Amino acid sequence: MRLFRTMSTTTATRHSRRPKKTLLEPTSKETYDAPKLVVPVDPNRDHVQGDPKAVLTLVEYGDYQCPFCGAAYPEVKKVQKELGSKLRFVFRNFPLTNIHEFAMTAAETAEAAGAQGKFWEMHDFLYEHQATLGDNSVALGYAKRLGLDAQRFEREIAQHVQEKRIKDDFMGGVRSGVNGTPTFYVNGVRHDGPAETDALVESLRTKS
Amino acid sequence: MQRNRRKRTARAGKQNVGKKAEGKSSSILNPGRKAPNFSLNSTPDQKVSLKDFRGQPVILAFYPADWSPVCTDQLSLYAMVMPEFKKFNAELLAISVDNIWSHLAFAKDRKLNFPVLSDFEPKGKISRQFGAFKEKIGESARALFVIDQDGIVRWSHLSPDGVNPGAEGILSALEQLNAPKAQ
Repeated sequence: MRLFRTMSTTTATRHSRRPKKTLLEPTSKETYDAPKLVVPVDPNRDHVQGDPKAVLTLVEYGDYQCPFCGAAYPEVKKVQKELGSKLRFVFRNFPLTNIHEFAMTAAETAEAAGAQGKFWEMHDFLYEHQATLGDNSVALGYAKRLGLDAQRFEREIAQHVQEKRIKDDFMGGVRSGVNGTPTFYVNGVRHDGPAETDALVESLRTKS
Repeated sequence: MQRNRRKRTARAGKQNVGKKAEGKSSSILNPGRKAPNFSLNSTPDQKVSLKDFRGQPVILAFYPADWSPVCTDQLSLYAMVMPEFKKFNAELLAISVDNIWSHLAFAKDRKLNFPVLSDFEPKGKISRQFGAFKEKIGESARALFVIDQDGIVRWSHLSPDGVNPGAEGILSALEQLNAPKAQ
């Protein structure tokens, strides 16, 4: 399950200064430019956690059903704790619906809560209860505990009111070079290192 | 560019044997070159030829192996972005050296909605012609090509090891092709 990270580590090694004799052909350029976020953060549209004017920005393109995103979730929390008011965190949807059957509904669930001002509460709940995705009553129960208008919440999910927003997030991600989930952007540049606290914090500090 | 095309293609293949490619340029087939035609199996009894798609853009995605155990791999992403490729009337052909039975199971599992071709026998022959074969490990490189309606390579990209190139480069290349026709 950790192979994605392993691959990222390999990448980091490959681009280190250490002169490395590669045994593989063809040989590509030794460096490459990490893709840039082409859809700027818009506090009027995006879900932003932390000071909207913070100097550091971390953007995640995530899928609620993706186990790697689930693993990255507590890492992001630690990054936020470590950087405090210097960081704003933005979450955008990248549901991989062809391999994750509950990802779209989960994204719609978070957005429906967001329509009533409780996006982050539901975002956190979904990542903390990934195993329950597929049973809509679980999120509905939480929505009620949050004091949301349950009828509106359920109707918006059933009628796919948020679908366009989610698809817009997805295509914006594709055009920014999202290549899987989670994909992070550190101050507007794709973070190709591990989705772990230390690597993210270091990347945020050096790319500021 | 057009001169000794055949010879240069052969040389592009040879470059990949043994030594590191020279200079900054990658050894994959560069834009401006005619894409060599090929005919590879997409199922046990069906072949797909590049020239079948003359008149429309073709995306070739060479990749190392089926079944890479990551949450989403490059091809799953392309399956999701397929409607965008279709807006340019483009076809996507994925190619690796895995055998056809592996491909069929893989395509079914990942819900791939494009042909997955088997460069299996002689192993890597077509990958070599595109300069996209890693001799030492015997797999195709992670290389992308966008070929125009006349069969000319208009964009190519070789990814660093372990980096999934995503779909953005392909979409930009398709946008830059002359007169993208709606389907």
